[in-house]
Parts: sequence; C-alpha cells; structure tokens
Amino acid sequence: MPATFELEVATPDRLLVREQVTEAEAPGRDGYLGILPDHAPLLTELAPGLLTYSTGGAKHSVVVGGGWMEVLPTGVRVLATVAENPNEIDLKRAQAALDRAERRLKESGEMDISRALAAAERARARVAAAAQFGR
Amino acid sequence: MPSLIDFRRRIRSVKNTQQITKAMKMVSAAKLRRAQEAVLAARPFANMLGEMLGNVARAAAGSDAAKELPLLQQRESIKNAVVIVVSADRGLAGAFNSNVNRGAQKFMQDQPGITFEVESIGKKGRDYFRRRGFTISGDHQNFSRKPVYVDVAAVAAKVSERYAKGEIDAVYVAYNEFKSVMTQKLQVEQILPVPLTESADTTEYIYEQPAEVLLASLLPRYVEVELWRSVLESTASEHAARMTAMDAASRNASDVIERVTLQMNRVRQASITREIIEVVSGASALK
Repeated sequence: MPATFELEVATPDRLLVREQVTEAEAPGRDGYLGILPDHAPLLTELAPGLLTYSTGGAKHSVVVGGGWMEVLPTGVRVLATVAENPNEIDLKRAQAALDRAERRLKESGEMDISRALAAAERARARVAAAAQFGR
Repeated sequence: MPSLIDFRRRIRSVKNTQQITKAMKMVSAAKLRRAQEAVLAARPFANMLGEMLGNVARAAAGSDAAKELPLLQQRESIKNAVVIVVSADRGLAGAFNSNVNRGAQKFMQDQPGITFEVESIGKKGRDYFRRRGFTISGDHQNFSRKPVYVDVAAVAAKVSERYAKGEIDAVYVAYNEFKSVMTQKLQVEQILPVPLTESADTTEYIYEQPAEVLLASLLPRYVEVELWRSVLESTASEHAARMTAMDAASRNASDVIERVTLQMNRVRQASITREIIEVVSGASALK
C-alpha cells in the first residue's frame, strides 16, 4: 500500500495545491470525509468548509467555498468554486462578511434565503480557518 | 521632384508612428505574459471538470432523472441557436478580430436552416455583426482588459436559462484559441446542449449523492467554465496577435525610413552636384 497519494485542488483561475499527501479531510455535502491512500473511488459534492491535509507530519489547510471532490485510484482531485490559503484571508474582512451575511439572513425575504445561507456558510468557514491557521 | 523638406517631414512622421507601434508592442508583450499565465492556470480546472462530468454522466446515463436535466436535452431539430462571439474591444491586432468574425459568420451561413443570434463579447464582434444585420441578443464589453469570472458566468447563466426555457436549441462559442505567440486558432465549439465525452475508464465510484444530483450541479458550472476558458484564451490570443502585428508594423516603419532616407540623400547629392556644376561653369565662362 502506498504511503501517499496526490492531492490536487483547482479553482477556475488557478491550481492551488498539487502535492503528495498522507491523508486528507474534506468537507463533504453530507459531512466531513477522511481520505487515506488507496481509498475507493468516490465522487461527492463539497460544502463550504476547511480542507485539511498532511504532508509528512506537517498539517496544511485550504478553505473551500463548495465544489466537488473526485477520489481516483491515482489521487484525489478537488474542484472548488473558490479556494484560499488561510494566510491569504483577512480575518477582519472575513468577520465583517460573516456579520453582514447573518444580518441579511435575519432580514431577508424568502427569495434569496438560500443565497444568504450559502454566503453565511462560506463566511463562517473562512473565519474559522483564519482564526485557526491564519497569521 | 519633392524637396528636401518634404522628405524630412515624411521621415519624421513615420518615426512618430514607429514610436507608437513600438510602445504598443511592449505593452502587449507585458499583458500577454499575464494573460498567458491566466490561461495556463485555468486549464487544469476546465480539463478536470470535463473528465469528472464524463464520469458522472456515464453513471447517470439511462436514468430518467438525468434525461430530465434541461442542459443535457438534445432537441430533435435545431431551429434557433446562439453563437457567442469572443472578439476584442480594440483593433490593431492583425487578423485577430476578422478571423473570429469571419469564422463565426461562415459557421452560421453554412447552416441555412437555423436562425442564429449573436451574443457578443467584445466590441469588434458586435460592430461587425450589427453592420451585417444579424440579431444581437447581447453585447458585453471590457472583458478582455482583465477578465472577471462573475461577468463571464453571468453570460453563461443567461444562455443556459434561455436554453432551458426552449427559446434556443443550441449554443456555440467562437473564439481564438491560444496555441502560441505566433499562432492562434479559430475554434467554434458547442457548449449547449453539453457535449459529453465518452470516457473509456470504467472505474466504479461510490456516490455520496445520486449521480443525477451531482450532474445537476456540475452542468451549469461546466458551461461557465468553458466560456471562461474561451474568454481567457481569446484574451491571450488578442495580446499575442497585437504584439505580432505591432512588431511587423515597427519593422515596416524601419524599412520605409530607410528607403526615404536613401531617396532624400540622392536628391540632396543631386542638388549639390548641380550647384558645383553651376559654380564651375560660371567660373570657366569668366576665363
């Protein structure tokens, strides 16, 4: 059994991660999923959240704003609609976005409730990541 | 016979033009590098998404829910279609704009049974097709300066919605693909209904969500990403084409300057010679 597998995280405008990793944990639509080498092929939608992975002892993380994950025999591919390194996140701005999203959620009519909900979810993930891993 | 002054004026004017073309070439070169990086960075996502879509579609094939998905439905006969023409906002880029405009026009004329509309990204495409009396269903500008994903996604959403409603039966995108700095290739691709590539790979997947559900969320994104990639390709091609065109123009200007300088010197020498002859013959007449 191989000790590592290749993890690729891509967004529409860049390839964020391409590394050999020993394990990864991804925010699946129906709950977090842990992936180890030789995982069975799998396809899932991702929810906004924190994608963490380990490379030989060191832990890293990436915030994803939803997307899809494909586990292949050759490696894992994450196609994220948005993704950021936690150290790129400005905690103040993220917090402001979260407050805004929550306020909107309280005020909003039914029409854009799903959008506001998604925005709040994304903002929460970013704040959590920035607080945990950021500068 | 033009006088010396005329030659000097002409040389000065060509030199001025050359300065402009040289500057434009430099600017394009700098922009090209950025645009090129953007294309290269966007390709992995687009390719992976295409493959993933193929895999999911294979799993969902045959299920009734998948056939219901509007973006996959093949219409029996295509009556109305949209061509998204990706051109530049500005000219002076060699054959760049006329390439994509003529290519798109030919594509439409080759299918006389279909009523086409043009959704234009870039001013030059809009101007071209408006002059020729095509229906312009939408006009988007200022994309190529710095392409923004949400702008492109909005265009994709618009055509997807019209397709789902049945207003149109197919959507194509015409753009210049960036092969290299010297070559850009015209591409006309179908983006709706989403063309599925049959993948040979037969891995059995575990689906966390039903394949139809995944498909329903992947398809709109796929249309967006394909269009996004076309816009990035076109942007890189535009700068490459402009750079090449401006390089050629600067070189032509050098040639013109050289030729005119030669002519000017001939005229100058002729007049000097004439003056000497006059002096000499005047002197000899006095003897």
